[in-house]
Amino acid sequence: MAYTEEELKKELETKEYEYGFYTDIESDTMPVGLNEDVVIAISKKKGEPEWMTLWRLEAFKYWKEMEEPEWANVKYEKPDFQAISYYSAPNKKPKYDSLDEVDPELLDTFKKLGISIDEQKKLAGVAVDIVMDSVSVATTFKKTLAEKGIIFCSISEAIKEHPELVKKYIGSVVPKKDNFYAALNSAVFSDGSFCYIPKGVRCPMELSTYFRINQAGTGQFERTLVIADEGSYVSYLEGCTAPSRDENQLHAAVVELIALDGAEIKYSTVQNWFPGDKEGRGGVYNFVTKRGLCEKNAKISWTQVETGSAVTWKYPSCVLKGDNSIGEFYSIAVTNNHQQADTGTKMIHLGKNTRSTIISKGISAGKSQNSYRGLVQVNSRAENARNFSQCDSLLMGNECGAHTFPYIEAKNKTAQIEHEATTSKIGEDQIFYCNQRGIDTEKAIALIVNGFSKEVLNKLPMEFAVEAQKLLEISLEGSVG
Amino acid sequence: MLKIENLHASVEDKEILKGINLEVNAGEVHAIMGPNGSGKSTLSAVIAGKEEFEVTEGSIKLDGEDLEDVSAEERAHKGIFLSFQYPVEIPGVSVTNFIKTAINESRKARGLEDMPANKMLKLIREKSELLDIDRKFLSRSLNEGFSGGEKKRNEIFQMAMLEPKLAILDETDSGLDIDALRIVANGVNKLKSKDNAVIVITHYQRLLEYIVPDFVHVLHNGKIVKSGGKELAIELEEKGYDWLKNEAVVE
Repeated sequence: MAYTEEELKKELETKEYEYGFYTDIESDTMPVGLNEDVVIAISKKKGEPEWMTLWRLEAFKYWKEMEEPEWANVKYEKPDFQAISYYSAPNKKPKYDSLDEVDPELLDTFKKLGISIDEQKKLAGVAVDIVMDSVSVATTFKKTLAEKGIIFCSISEAIKEHPELVKKYIGSVVPKKDNFYAALNSAVFSDGSFCYIPKGVRCPMELSTYFRINQAGTGQFERTLVIADEGSYVSYLEGCTAPSRDENQLHAAVVELIALDGAEIKYSTVQNWFPGDKEGRGGVYNFVTKRGLCEKNAKISWTQVETGSAVTWKYPSCVLKGDNSIGEFYSIAVTNNHQQADTGTKMIHLGKNTRSTIISKGISAGKSQNSYRGLVQVNSRAENARNFSQCDSLLMGNECGAHTFPYIEAKNKTAQIEHEATTSKIGEDQIFYCNQRGIDTEKAIALIVNGFSKEVLNKLPMEFAVEAQKLLEISLEGSVG
Repeated sequence: MLKIENLHASVEDKEILKGINLEVNAGEVHAIMGPNGSGKSTLSAVIAGKEEFEVTEGSIKLDGEDLEDVSAEERAHKGIFLSFQYPVEIPGVSVTNFIKTAINESRKARGLEDMPANKMLKLIREKSELLDIDRKFLSRSLNEGFSGGEKKRNEIFQMAMLEPKLAILDETDSGLDIDALRIVANGVNKLKSKDNAVIVITHYQRLLEYIVPDFVHVLHNGKIVKSGGKELAIELEEKGYDWLKNEAVVE
């Protein structure tokens, strides 16, 4: 059976979500709805200090007055914020000394995902802080990290143990009233990760966190805060999968990165939330605010592989505040069936000699819509700012769409900004060529897509790149044969 | 090895091949010549199993097996290789990665494990030397930015790696300068054996000076109108194709 456009489309449509299972772990879930009492209750449940409760309440106040943004190139039914439960934590949540004590069903879930903790522990240099339904349940390599003075824990723990750091930096890059979803997250965030790298320390391992949505009708609101002190370096990995659900699930995370003078943060994401079925039912709404601040000579790199979610709204950004600071954004966004993605970045050049690079690869299949939206802004005082942007789109079939919305604002004459864009289509000729060399259509598509995405895949840490490649294949291939 | 009987094929209801008969045995080199639009490339694509073409009548058999329901990749696994006239570009996929995938897919189809990396490397070294291919070339994206000569040499390199039973060279000489032509032809000659066969599709007699055919067939208007030995190619070079256009079908 050789390939035709029609067949390819059919194959793509028949792809089912591989990780569509549901773990039956008792959860402590709050009743649906959102008001001040719920915000206070969340804060209380987590045993937070008063300043945090007040911080949340202030965010809630802003949120009530804000409206959901409509400018993105996505269409969806707006979530009913009063029909969502804002807190869900696995019931058994003591900190474990060893994996043997962890709920076996939970471990089983990770095995299904192909991320067995055993394996992870053995994997040289990967510390895993697993967030399942918003609360950390297992942390490894903590000791090794502690020896270097590195703090890597849940944000709830950090609020209690390191209030001075959290107080100083939370909301400093993404203010409470930054946008509708950031405000919501600030009010109700359940948990997330916190990381602090002391001055001059090079984090000896990749830090990683796995997120999962696991409770029907539960919104998930992570909050991540990464602080790299002067001259330090950290590579942070974030990956997630979610079980199959009929109703829409809302995911509104906030990630803040702070790179102080001469520091470097590499933040990599593989996102595989449930994309909805082939008719476009269900799937996660992924409305994320990710932003990093670079002080003098600092560098932040965002690398993302986005294959999941029904609707994605995500712009990992860099504020290049310090002179000579560098911002990078490498992205692969895959949409299939009825998925919609509006994703890109913002590079805000404030300091002198600041540089930014944007490489965006969009792959659209089925009836999906894939948009790149990127802002490059050069402030009047940003002498000699440089930007290079490259946006490539790959189309499969005739019913999907690829869109590019570049915004360029230069207020300084010395700015140098380059933008390149291409659109291509996987052709029958490419497929036949591969077939003729003995490579079947499924493998051929994987090969072509991986080739197209190579520049970005190369930016991922090794063990993550393999997982990402697998995800790309899963996302685009049908069950051929 | 290959037996084509009364083959009719069409694309979008337009008949292009109108009754081809051809038999190719192991150890033979066949040349198919003919003017533009005579159906040469269609014939090679149909043998390779391109689905765009519909076989309306007749059959293609490889070692006695009818290929009607055999997919293009399965035909490749069975040892059919087509050197494309216009090889496609696959950005981001290196020549090495591509050939590695092709070899291992064929091995998988035969129930074999992946070829060990050191064996693969040795094979790549051997075959690239045979075709005078620079090692740097192997890490470049497949056909992307390749010159005409590089593309064709890459096709023959893949052929050398895959060691097909039946190789079809579709206008492999087009776009080649004389030096490249010699290298490519030498490569093909070195790969020839009593167990495999080659079909050379060409416009001109030039390539046949280097790859000497046992049989020459002239294709015109979807039919083989004349067959002969290598001297037929020389005759065609001198007289052109016009004198054959009124010839009767050679059975």
